[in-house]
Amino acid sequence: MNNKDGISQRYLQLYNDNIERIRQNSSPLLNSFREEAIGKFTMMGIPDRKNESYRYTNLASFFNHDFRNVFMPSESDFLKAEEFRCDVKALDTHGIVLLNGFYPTLHDKLRELPGGAWIGSMNEAAEKFSSAVAEHYGRYLNGNNDALVHLNSAMACDGVFIRIPEGTRLRKPVQIVNLVHANEDIFNQHRNLIIVEKNAEATIIICDHTLSPGRFLTNAVTEIFVGENARFDIIRIQNEHNNAGKITHTFIHQERNSSAASGNITLHGGLVRNSTHHYLGGEGAESNSYGLYLSDKFQHVDNYVSVDHAFPHCTSNQLFKGVLDDMATGAFNGRIFVHKDAQKTLAYQKNDSILLTDDAKMDTKPQLEIYADDVKCSHGATVGQLDKDALFYLQSRGIDKREARLMLMFGFAHEVVQNINVEALRERIDSLVMQRLRGELSRCASCMLRCSE
Amino acid sequence: MLEIDNLWVAINGKNILKGISLNVKAGEVHAIMGPNGSGKSTLAAVLAGRDFAEVVEGSIKYMGRDLFDMAPEERSKEGLFLGFQYPIEIPGVSMVNFMKTAVNEHRRHKGLEPLSASDFLKLMRDKKELVEIDSKLANRSVNEGFSGGEKKKNEIFQMAMLEPRLAILDETDSGLDIDALRIVANGVNKLKRPDTSTIVITHYQRLLDYIVPDIVHVLYDGRIVKTAGKELAVELEAKGYEWIRNEVDRS
Repeated sequence: MNNKDGISQRYLQLYNDNIERIRQNSSPLLNSFREEAIGKFTMMGIPDRKNESYRYTNLASFFNHDFRNVFMPSESDFLKAEEFRCDVKALDTHGIVLLNGFYPTLHDKLRELPGGAWIGSMNEAAEKFSSAVAEHYGRYLNGNNDALVHLNSAMACDGVFIRIPEGTRLRKPVQIVNLVHANEDIFNQHRNLIIVEKNAEATIIICDHTLSPGRFLTNAVTEIFVGENARFDIIRIQNEHNNAGKITHTFIHQERNSSAASGNITLHGGLVRNSTHHYLGGEGAESNSYGLYLSDKFQHVDNYVSVDHAFPHCTSNQLFKGVLDDMATGAFNGRIFVHKDAQKTLAYQKNDSILLTDDAKMDTKPQLEIYADDVKCSHGATVGQLDKDALFYLQSRGIDKREARLMLMFGFAHEVVQNINVEALRERIDSLVMQRLRGELSRCASCMLRCSE
Repeated sequence: MLEIDNLWVAINGKNILKGISLNVKAGEVHAIMGPNGSGKSTLAAVLAGRDFAEVVEGSIKYMGRDLFDMAPEERSKEGLFLGFQYPIEIPGVSMVNFMKTAVNEHRRHKGLEPLSASDFLKLMRDKKELVEIDSKLANRSVNEGFSGGEKKKNEIFQMAMLEPRLAILDETDSGLDIDALRIVANGVNKLKRPDTSTIVITHYQRLLDYIVPDIVHVLYDGRIVKTAGKELAVELEAKGYEWIRNEVDRS
């Protein structure tokens, strides 16, 4: 780290000030990663715009802030989190609430589900299932050169652990609600590990919420192992506020003949950056990565997607779409890397954005690196306005211009939303998208804890 | 119902319509025929309110009102319907949602309550039968992945849902095989009421075997060069547009 980089220094200081507390509250396994990770972070520093993969995102706007404390939950925090109820009633899930990155129950930090699956606290699992955790934890970062991932490894204490044993098909999705709630500005880092073993099936829904209006920054890492022939879906719904910064890193390691889908639906957030990595690590693996971003005011949403085709006969698809209003900005970087022996690769990528104003801005960058010769790869990107012909068609049937525009934007977004494999959630997202496009406050949860109060 | 008086329309400074006058009364069926590039589709688009051409001169009155004062959606709600030559595909917008919104906008305009979900679905069902449209189409996105014939049937289905006073059908027959043509034409005929009018724009006489016009106009180079009864269509089919060109050039 160069010394002029005061921002990085600040986070190193935060680490030094809190590392004792962090160690005391964490399992030895998680602690064993910290020293090396902070070393790497110190060398690299908070990514700036000279870093190719952060070229369009100014992290300093959220990172250049004095976050004094690392949050450690107390009993009253847990009670508050237990009040939270998701109001999507038709959504029948195994629920987990994370409060500021912690698994907020005093007891039963790990639960067994039908079929021998386990869900619960990451930190607890590192004790109880230490060998399984050791086998996967930190293994899927793909030689990652992102300093923020290292910062997470250095400081994260808890998060969600999910393990679906071989052959188990989880009928209901697991829903993780990430709540951010604090009376002071906080910087959260949590770490999730999801293990879906051979022939198993699971769907995970992650809902990112804020419950209080403070300045928040989250830097979350999720590592996922999808075993041979397993099926896995992860859907992240982000509905926070303009003061909230959310950085997520999702690493999905896929074995032979596995199928994994990852979705990022960003309805609201001040600064959002989702990086999603699919590593296709065996023949016949399939990945589907999709995203939707609806932003206005000064919001910024950046989706970074990377798909590694390391073996032959794998298929990948990327579909990212967004509508940007006011002065909102966005970025999409879609990387497809086809290794030398990955013949018969099929890889597709599409990014379409609609700019509603002259001030909105979208940067989109396909990044294809292909080292095999018998492959089909395609990419396409558009940044534009609503289709005038379609608008006229709707108007010519008696639909006024404002409504016609809404219908078109909704239809545009729905192409992404229809990838969600949980019907009740899909319907809710459709209606949240409609509210959002209409300019209504699309509060996801009519929960007892109101963000605005 | 519709009075077009000396209409001049230009696109990018070039005159496309050069002094069209046309009077359509309630109950009449007019056919407008003409070779490619004669201005038929421009006329249809101007009537529906598409904002791509400049009206240089002339006036259009619809139901006694200045048509140019009315937004496209208002024209629709006042009973004007354009069947598109090239219906637009709108991914992500379902036919059901599209039609429900359109029908309820029309109802609101008339001071009526929106239809209940069940009444609306019943209406869809009835109208689908009327135009013999595959009921699965209604569950799909607007025109997305429809065949040429399905798109044209879908136009007539929308017409059935909206029950226009004046329907303008722009080359509804193009790209249709003979069975689809008959279905589409039957649909139009079934929707015809004594007080509604139709303008059929077409190249060929064959559609006019099914939708029999009261009056046939020939549009050539932006002008109506001939107006007569339905026998004109037959004569045109027999002699070809060359005949019109020669006549116009002679005069």
